[in-house]
Amino acid sequence: MSKKLKIAIAGNPNSGKTTIFNNLTGARQHVGNYPGVTVEKIEGYSKYAGYHLTIVDLPGIYSLTAHSLDELVARNYILDEKPDVVIDIVDTSNLERNLYLSTQLMELGVKMVIALNMWDIAKNLGLEIDHERLSQLLGVPCVPTIATKKEGMDELLQKVIALHEGKIFYHPTPINYGREIEEGISKIEEILKLEEPLLKRYPSRWLAVKLLEKDEDIYEKVKKTSSGERILQTAEKSIEHLKGIFGEEPEAVIPDKRYGFISGACSTVITRSYELRHTLSDKIDRIFLNRVLGLPIFFFLMWIMFKAIFRLSEPFTQGIENLMTWIGKLVGSFFPEGSIIKSLIVDGIIGGVGSVLTFVPVIFLLFFFIAILEDSGYLARAAFLMDRIMNRIGLHGRSFIPLLLGFGCNVPAIMATRVIDDRKSRLITILVNPFMSCGARLPVYTLFVGTFFSPRQAGNILFSLYLLGILVAMGMSYLFRRLMFKGESAPFVMELPPYRLPTLKGVLIHMWERGVVYLKKAGTIIFAGCMLIWFLSHFPPMPEEGNSKIQLEKSYAGKIGKFITPVFKPLGFGEWKTSIALIAGFIAKELVVGTLGTLYGKEETSLREMLKNDVYPDGSKVWSPLSSYSFLIFILLYIPCIATIAVIYRETQSLTWPLFTAFYTTALAWITSFLFYQTGKFLLSFIDNLGF
Amino acid sequence: MVPLSLLPPGKEAVIIEIRGGMGWRRRLMELGLMEGMKIKVIQRLFPGPVVIAVGNARVVLGFGMAQRIMVREV
Repeated sequence: MSKKLKIAIAGNPNSGKTTIFNNLTGARQHVGNYPGVTVEKIEGYSKYAGYHLTIVDLPGIYSLTAHSLDELVARNYILDEKPDVVIDIVDTSNLERNLYLSTQLMELGVKMVIALNMWDIAKNLGLEIDHERLSQLLGVPCVPTIATKKEGMDELLQKVIALHEGKIFYHPTPINYGREIEEGISKIEEILKLEEPLLKRYPSRWLAVKLLEKDEDIYEKVKKTSSGERILQTAEKSIEHLKGIFGEEPEAVIPDKRYGFISGACSTVITRSYELRHTLSDKIDRIFLNRVLGLPIFFFLMWIMFKAIFRLSEPFTQGIENLMTWIGKLVGSFFPEGSIIKSLIVDGIIGGVGSVLTFVPVIFLLFFFIAILEDSGYLARAAFLMDRIMNRIGLHGRSFIPLLLGFGCNVPAIMATRVIDDRKSRLITILVNPFMSCGARLPVYTLFVGTFFSPRQAGNILFSLYLLGILVAMGMSYLFRRLMFKGESAPFVMELPPYRLPTLKGVLIHMWERGVVYLKKAGTIIFAGCMLIWFLSHFPPMPEEGNSKIQLEKSYAGKIGKFITPVFKPLGFGEWKTSIALIAGFIAKELVVGTLGTLYGKEETSLREMLKNDVYPDGSKVWSPLSSYSFLIFILLYIPCIATIAVIYRETQSLTWPLFTAFYTTALAWITSFLFYQTGKFLLSFIDNLGF
Repeated sequence: MVPLSLLPPGKEAVIIEIRGGMGWRRRLMELGLMEGMKIKVIQRLFPGPVVIAVGNARVVLGFGMAQRIMVREV
């Protein structure tokens, strides 16, 4: 049997991590998520010098704090899974910064090899680096590599194996945090000896440093142990003591000491005469980030993207719709006409699944294009370009991407707000996200716009709804910043990746990751919602079989609908079927169309005809262009779907924000629709009176 | 010594001082921005964010941040 070796690859974003991973593993890879979190985990396999290698590509990170999910995932992987060797990929042209992560990895007590990647670029910039001296100073083997040219890969693996077999003397240099902090560390290490099991999992010096840094994750873990209270007391005493000495939290002093260690090491190994050169990416950015051209190019790209999404998704959506109708007819033919079982299966189950499936194309296509933008490096540029506009509404560039994702599905969009590093900005971004009109609302728009407006107007009407959503989001964001979350937004800092040609595989992975969130929600909540609506509209069963209209009116759904209808009367759609559809829309927006379909009954004529001809008891028409647009405004703005509310709860860890969102969006929707409809009605009657 | 926000694209400079709280200084350090580092302005949307080169990396800084980084032109 051949020997096994587990290697983890760590490093900063854009350090060439993925390229090295691909060089080392070849084609056989497995993509999944880390247990419990949706952070991508890629595993690759290979053979080298009689070893079966399993290589894991950890998320790209700058540090190992507990502040970000990626960092926590990477560090827990190393601590829990205990890979045999960690390869730390370092961008040599930016050595100080990259070594910051390396020093923290060194403290985790794993065996590691540092790959001094982009060696050629560092040389071109005029940096001469003595890598052997660096290896001695850090006590960690360092190997120069050029991932893009596959140089240094052999040397890297040789070092990994030599290290694993104990053929290299391995002794990472401990960072000296200075007398006072070191005393604190020893005190905490002393008391940590009480907790044997904890020390089996974590190196004691690392635990002590993390406690001094007030690392939340470690605090929680220590708290749970039997001597947790005592350990935390000792740590807090040390922190207080150090605060007295430094006038600052040790949390602030410790990173300074790390950097001190790094700059000491770097100044001895680097000879610089260094020159910052323009790269190809910079040349492209001269156009894409140009102060005059940048924004128009961006809006043009967005316009193309949305155009393409709706064009490309149409045949798929149509195909799925036809397929579901066909299946419904086929399955229905096995059951007697008018039976409740047939209705359950055809209208309930098949109709429910169908209403879920028809939105898959739009949502997946949107995530496909976003993934292309993201992987090519352009999405980060969009954040740069939008920063000034976002500033006006009290946010900064980083909030832009979650808002853009909202056009697909608000659920992954709200999850994406995790990249925003200050809480106030993040909350505002979450609260206004539902106004980014998601893909599930589109079918409701197309149904009504297609029915009550000419094909020539349709495009503009549709666009106006999206625009209205954006404007409301901007206005509310401005108000939230002014009224509820006062104070400046946190400074905007982020790394700009170089432009890259996206790979199909990478794009598909990213699309799948976000799309699956939608599918999961669709598979459960939406389907359950469909069944509930079916039940409410078919029970209690009426004796007059076959007369679906009477059945509906007398059903639970009809009763509920009629009860709340007066609320919608002043908005122009005081009709019980619409009221039920709106309730269904709380479960999932796409259900609005499906519910209207069920309630109007699809069989005789098309839903569009039914809508056009529907009348109130007094004989007047239910729908007009005015009332249908008022209805669409309401659909755009009112309570987001239950999955969105649930994700707001999960991301904010409080009941306040989901409830607040549910309430304020609905109130805003009612007011906006009311103002629109009443003004419209007044203007129309005014024009009529003029005698046109 | 001038704030980074005032440097036009193409200019190179050395960071002299970073003004602001520890949390933000640390964020900047993680991105390789600290006293003594040489940087170059690549692009800016004055008064708005700037893109600077630090080693081989490109970093975006909001206007507020760029105003708090004091640099000396080289």
